Amino acid sequence: MTILKVPVNPSDHAQGSEDAPLTLLEYGDYECPYCGLAYPIVKALQSHFGERLRFAFRNFPLTQIHPHAESAAETAEFAIAHERFWEMHDGLYENQQYLGEPLYERLAVQLRLSVRDLRAALTAGTFAPRVRADFLSGVRSGVNGTPTFFINNKRHDARFDYDDLVAALEAEYLRQAA
Amino acid sequence: MSKMLQAGAPAPEFTLNVTPDQTLSLRELRGRSVILAFYPADWSPVCGDQMSLYNEILPEFRKYHAELLGISVDGVWCHAAFAKDRKLHFPLLSDFEPKGDVARQYGVYRKEGFCERALFVLDKNGVIEWSYCSPIAVNPGAEGILDALERLAA
Repeated sequence: MTILKVPVNPSDHAQGSEDAPLTLLEYGDYECPYCGLAYPIVKALQSHFGERLRFAFRNFPLTQIHPHAESAAETAEFAIAHERFWEMHDGLYENQQYLGEPLYERLAVQLRLSVRDLRAALTAGTFAPRVRADFLSGVRSGVNGTPTFFINNKRHDARFDYDDLVAALEAEYLRQAA
Repeated sequence: MSKMLQAGAPAPEFTLNVTPDQTLSLRELRGRSVILAFYPADWSPVCGDQMSLYNEILPEFRKYHAELLGISVDGVWCHAAFAKDRKLHFPLLSDFEPKGDVARQYGVYRKEGFCERALFVLDKNGVIEWSYCSPIAVNPGAEGILDALERLAA
């Protein structure tokens, strides 16, 4: 069994309570079509499990095959500085086929973030170290592609469709309760 | 299939084509750690396939002054097209003629006609430090490689 080397912690982007019995962590790439498929599945899991589930996201951009993956990840990280990470995250996945600066700037405007600051951050690579740190933590935890999910620090090696993830999360919940 | 070579065994010498008109011999890399990544075939259909993943991790391998070599039975032109498409920044070697000969020497050739998804980390003297064979459909990631390189650097 592959164990997460860096447990979900306060420096992560997470939705839901720290005390939730279930934590689902995704290592994802904004340009990866499989992550695009996983995006609505995670939303459905969040509404199914409610307060029992905390969801966290870490960056795992495959920049050589996905030319926009890095800039998209840095754009989402830029938004965290203004506490708009999740809105940006959702906007990027919901417009996955349009990744690129025009989209980033449109989303920034919608979220009332400074387009000038965003451009400066992307040019300077301000958030590149954060993205790389996420990537490397994934490499050391056995992330081998995207998306890779961890349920309470254990890698989920089965498929990631809704029914599989519900079953895996329910099983973990029962283990916790026992 | 003969048994896969294990830690402590000397890595068999080989010379394979790395481009249509260039060859690379393992002995040329003596003095450096070497990662041999045998894989079944170019053009794996999944996102984040093994070679693309290693391509992203390359800067970490280089911190350990390790050379990464991908090896499959695909021909040189196939490798060239694949490497260009995936923007790979490390050599892919063609174990093409006699087909799978090097994979056989390392004990990682399959009767179906391609090699296993097998990893070897060699020390600077060409001795195997670590080897691992992954189920054919499972990308083994890079965790084991980095652990082995860390041990060699210690």
